[in-house]
Amino acid sequence: MSATNSITKAGGHSSVTRLLMRNHIWVFLALTIVVFSTASPYFLTINNLGNVLTQAAFIGILAIGMTLVMIDGEIDLSVGAILALASALAIGLQDHIGIWPAVFVGFLSGAALGFLNGTLVALSGMHSFIVTLGGLIGIRGLVFIYTGEDALMVGDFSYTEYPEIYLGPISLTAMIFIALALFFQWILSSTRHGRETYAIGDNIDAAHDAGINIKRHKIINFTLCGALAAIAGILLSMRLGTAEPNAGKVWELWTIIAVVLGGTRLQGGYGSMWMTIGGVLTLAVLRNGLRLLNTPNYVELMVMGTVLVLALLIDKLLSRQEA
Amino acid sequence: MADPILTLSGITKTFPGVVALDKVSFDVRPGEVHALVGENGAGKSTLMKVLAGLYHPDAGEIIYQGQPVQIDNPLAAREKGILLIHQELSLSPELSVAENIYLGAWPTNALGVLNKRKLRRDAQAALDAMGCSFGPDDRVGTLSVAMQQMVEIARSQAFSANVVIFDEPTASLTDTEKDQLFTTIRGLQRQGVGIVYISHKMDEIFELTDRITVLRDGQVQGTVTTRETDATAVTRMMIGRTLEAYFHKADSTFGEEVLRVDGLSLQGQFEDVSFSVRQGEVLGFYGLVGAGRSEVVETLFGVRKADRGTLQWQGAEIPLPTPRQAIDLGMALVPESRKEQGLVLMMGGMENTTLPHLASYARSTVMDRGKERATFDEYKDALSIKTTGPDQPVSTLSGGNQQKFVLAKWLCAGPKLIILDEPTRGIDVGSKSAIHTLIAKLAEQGLAVIVISSEMPEVLGVSHRVLAMAEGRLVGEFEGDAMTEENLIDAVSHHLARPAAE
Repeated sequence: MSATNSITKAGGHSSVTRLLMRNHIWVFLALTIVVFSTASPYFLTINNLGNVLTQAAFIGILAIGMTLVMIDGEIDLSVGAILALASALAIGLQDHIGIWPAVFVGFLSGAALGFLNGTLVALSGMHSFIVTLGGLIGIRGLVFIYTGEDALMVGDFSYTEYPEIYLGPISLTAMIFIALALFFQWILSSTRHGRETYAIGDNIDAAHDAGINIKRHKIINFTLCGALAAIAGILLSMRLGTAEPNAGKVWELWTIIAVVLGGTRLQGGYGSMWMTIGGVLTLAVLRNGLRLLNTPNYVELMVMGTVLVLALLIDKLLSRQEA
Repeated sequence: MADPILTLSGITKTFPGVVALDKVSFDVRPGEVHALVGENGAGKSTLMKVLAGLYHPDAGEIIYQGQPVQIDNPLAAREKGILLIHQELSLSPELSVAENIYLGAWPTNALGVLNKRKLRRDAQAALDAMGCSFGPDDRVGTLSVAMQQMVEIARSQAFSANVVIFDEPTASLTDTEKDQLFTTIRGLQRQGVGIVYISHKMDEIFELTDRITVLRDGQVQGTVTTRETDATAVTRMMIGRTLEAYFHKADSTFGEEVLRVDGLSLQGQFEDVSFSVRQGEVLGFYGLVGAGRSEVVETLFGVRKADRGTLQWQGAEIPLPTPRQAIDLGMALVPESRKEQGLVLMMGGMENTTLPHLASYARSTVMDRGKERATFDEYKDALSIKTTGPDQPVSTLSGGNQQKFVLAKWLCAGPKLIILDEPTRGIDVGSKSAIHTLIAKLAEQGLAVIVISSEMPEVLGVSHRVLAMAEGRLVGEFEGDAMTEENLIDAVSHHLARPAAE
């Protein structure tokens, strides 16, 4: 059947252009780094870049879970509130049950709430936007009740020393972020669960017809997302030594922005941890660079809003060209 | 002759109010291509979904490889070796060819880690068996439609399918791609795979298949050997005779020519279509589904862009319009899928009626509810629409009453030409005859009317003149005594029976 040879492939771009088009965020990140390096002498120093990485880690860990959920074609708005709850439990319970059991309970609370989100989405058929919007409000309420509206202080200050572990300029927090990102990239690219994430987000009917258990699959990803939010909360509580009831407020939005900026598709089916790391770092570099230049806070927000829209516009133009 | 590999006997499937399949019996032998034909709504897709495990029959038996079986879901069907090639391809564009071939059945170790090497090797073997030019690592989204279809067909090799069902596989293929698909199908045939081939296209059916089973209204009209029949006979079985409804032909005098079309062509859809319609005239368009009738009127209305052709509107030549210009000229198009294109289902009948003409119902920008109400009442009475009031959401009305609101919406703009695409599809008999009466009344008031219909009695009953279309061409024009079922069937099927090469 040599006749099939005359059927040609669509699109004629070389693999290098294609690679760049699909990872445009890294080009964008390189550009911002060049700009800030020339604008501020303090930017391109080992210390500052280490700081950027640490600052990026919290949103970054949230973004890892969000990427999983988003490739599935869903969204999780409750990650900021879960982060706050885990951080409050990890600190608040220390006096009663000890440091590590408290941390473990904090972690479990995140996983359990993620499981609840996933179960509600998968079994009720409600849109995850609604379910996790409920989570966003309800869990935050829970945090206020638990903390009594005040910041909880850590009793044993050895707890706050863990984030002071550094490997050269890289903090433990940053290392955990990078390790988790690499691990979940491997999950996405090399495990059955990871590949199914793409199949479900891309063409849910095809996935269903192929016998993929969509409900179980989505519950797992929401649980992972909740657990990762709890890890971010615990790391934050270690770094600050306090748990504020308002911790992580609107972080779910920054997380979504980072993921989308990276190039992961809001409708699902497309994305990767590489892209998400790129998006997270771009946000962190922008924020850090603008602060080094003493930009007022509201100008910073304006610049970041503009950058987000611009980056997505570029993404749209590139994907049109690719098609 | 080989024993059938798959036999359906007495399969019945009902949905609320409809018997979709009525004691259907059907079988496929190894190495045979068995065509399943019928008009839209005949039950082909329901039967297919039963085979693929998407629907469970209410009664009847499926015998596969000599054993009675139950097909619970698509995966079970695939594991048994029954593979459905969807018309809308069932692939994930972002995944690789190999991942798509084995979707849902990827080789993994105990921890769920993919065995990419095995996946790749097995997929390559399946692709080699098919003679595909692309590799297992290519992303499906970068492949052409024809290649994507090959990816689906490659599943037949990967899962050692015994029965492969093709649902209108050539719908979006070019001629060359079609030839290649046929080569592939013949290859499967030589492997002893039983093939079910669903299509509207007679030339394909006569080129490819060994037997033909005709479905109509959920019942099998007969199974015939392809060599021993011809397109006319099969068409006749497909169309048959439906219940005679009461038809009221407009008693109107024809006036000036409203629209003249010359040499209208659109690549791959229709070729060299020319006709005209006068005031007071009802012009019918008859043809099987896919003949290009809807595409022609959509082009007139500017929904599609024509490659060639000229239009004359009331005697003056005009450029092909955009939809807005078409409306302003005085054209109205009532589309076939009223739910998707005609109505805002959550809104009431009144708001739907005035939606395209809001400017004429507003004082500056504020809506004149009184004027809207007057229009609503006028059309509610004129079309005898059954609704509780102006604000009852149209989603809660019957199909017939919904269709009347679609008509009201276009009529209140005072059009000069109204085009009705399958105006009575899916509505009850009573509403049908009300719509037929309405068509006559519109023509008597001096409107030019174009009616597209696949129902022969309808098109003959309401029209003054009928154009027959087949495969994108006008194949006959009938008026007066020449307007008979025989003539229409002959015109359409003669064209269809000609070999594809012509």
